[in-house]
Amino acid sequence: MRVTQGTFSFLPDLTDAEITAQIEYALKNGWAVSVEHTDEPHPRNVYWEMWGMPMFDLNDAAGAMMEVNACRKAFPDHYIKVNALDATQGWESTRLSFIVNRPKNEPGFRVVRQETAGRSIRYTIESYAVDRPEGSRY
Amino acid sequence: MNDQVPATVDLQALLREANVLDVIETLDQELVGLAPVKQRIRDIAAYLVVSKARATLGLTGAPPSLHMSFTGNPGTGKTTVALRMAEILHRLGYVRKGHLVSVTRDDLVGQYIGHTAPKTKEVLKRALGGVLFIDEAYYLYRPENERDYGQEAIEILLQVMENQRDDLVVILAGYKDRMDTFFRSNPGMASRIAHHIDFPDYSEGELYEIAALMLAKLDYRLDAGAEAALHEYIALRRTQPNFANARSIRNALDRARLRQANRLFAAATPVTREALQTISASDIRASRVFQGG
Repeated sequence: MRVTQGTFSFLPDLTDAEITAQIEYALKNGWAVSVEHTDEPHPRNVYWEMWGMPMFDLNDAAGAMMEVNACRKAFPDHYIKVNALDATQGWESTRLSFIVNRPKNEPGFRVVRQETAGRSIRYTIESYAVDRPEGSRY
Repeated sequence: MNDQVPATVDLQALLREANVLDVIETLDQELVGLAPVKQRIRDIAAYLVVSKARATLGLTGAPPSLHMSFTGNPGTGKTTVALRMAEILHRLGYVRKGHLVSVTRDDLVGQYIGHTAPKTKEVLKRALGGVLFIDEAYYLYRPENERDYGQEAIEILLQVMENQRDDLVVILAGYKDRMDTFFRSNPGMASRIAHHIDFPDYSEGELYEIAALMLAKLDYRLDAGAEAALHEYIALRRTQPNFANARSIRNALDRARLRQANRLFAAATPVTREALQTISASDIRASRVFQGG
């Protein structure tokens, strides 16, 4: 099952030219660009690993693409996303965030039921991928 | 795809379209002398226009290699020309953004193992899409210390210079003799740099013109005595150690302005617009250059 998270996630995967154009748009707005990756696909997982520091003084998308490609090389089977951070209010807030790399095989989610007091049922979801330990999921 | 290839290309039109002539014109006006440098820049601009024309006609041509080396003594205008170069390359569409990132060894080389690569990459990322200007580039290579981290920075630079030629133009700058040694010991670097431009020292007349240009920009003027004094000053200063061409002249003028301000204060009378603008002979002759250094 294809994980949809962030901007453009219901579109087909972006090509490198499209990613470059999006980064260019972010830089034009004065936003910093950062790259993050994870192998924990849960939709509520907001703490992805940072791939280096956010790039605060880029002038051109080529610099960010360099990092995206380096991250893809190191983690070809992880989810990788590009964030654009806006600092105009005095803190960094995410303005744009989209997935640029995903595992070849995404096993999807199962429903987990938990019986609680009074035989009522609590539902949650869990990815089949997380059965295996971190780092060897995909 | 190829059915729309035009039969001819108007080179002059291409040049006009890119507004390169304005940049070259301002270069001519703002920089005194430097005839060989200006000629080389014209050559490079012409070469770039022709490459562009070749591309429109569908002729094969690898993108021209644009990395350059600027050699010359201090104060001969290397940084200023690099700035203009970035603008020319941008207008001709060879770099996307046309900004200039000026760095020295300190910005590229780290202090301990594993520190250099991220530092160099950081600078490269900032410079991509523009021009990276490495001042005193020969400091990157220190033959006396074989474990110097400069070598690592050079290797990363070379890799990007080769693989991302359409993203980045690198300009190395420094003294002529030391740059020659640097290129001799780094053949990889030498072979990737197509344009070597040598900046000659300024003659006395050119230095005077530069001084006049600087003063005019700052709304100052010299009276007759000061003109003669400045001529003498330049002749004397050139023979003394640590002479840095236009930079020395700028410093001399800064000090003359200081003395003028002091003189006006000491007079303790209301000053006219005229007096505020005028630098007199005494402001220049007070320099220690006239006392034999």
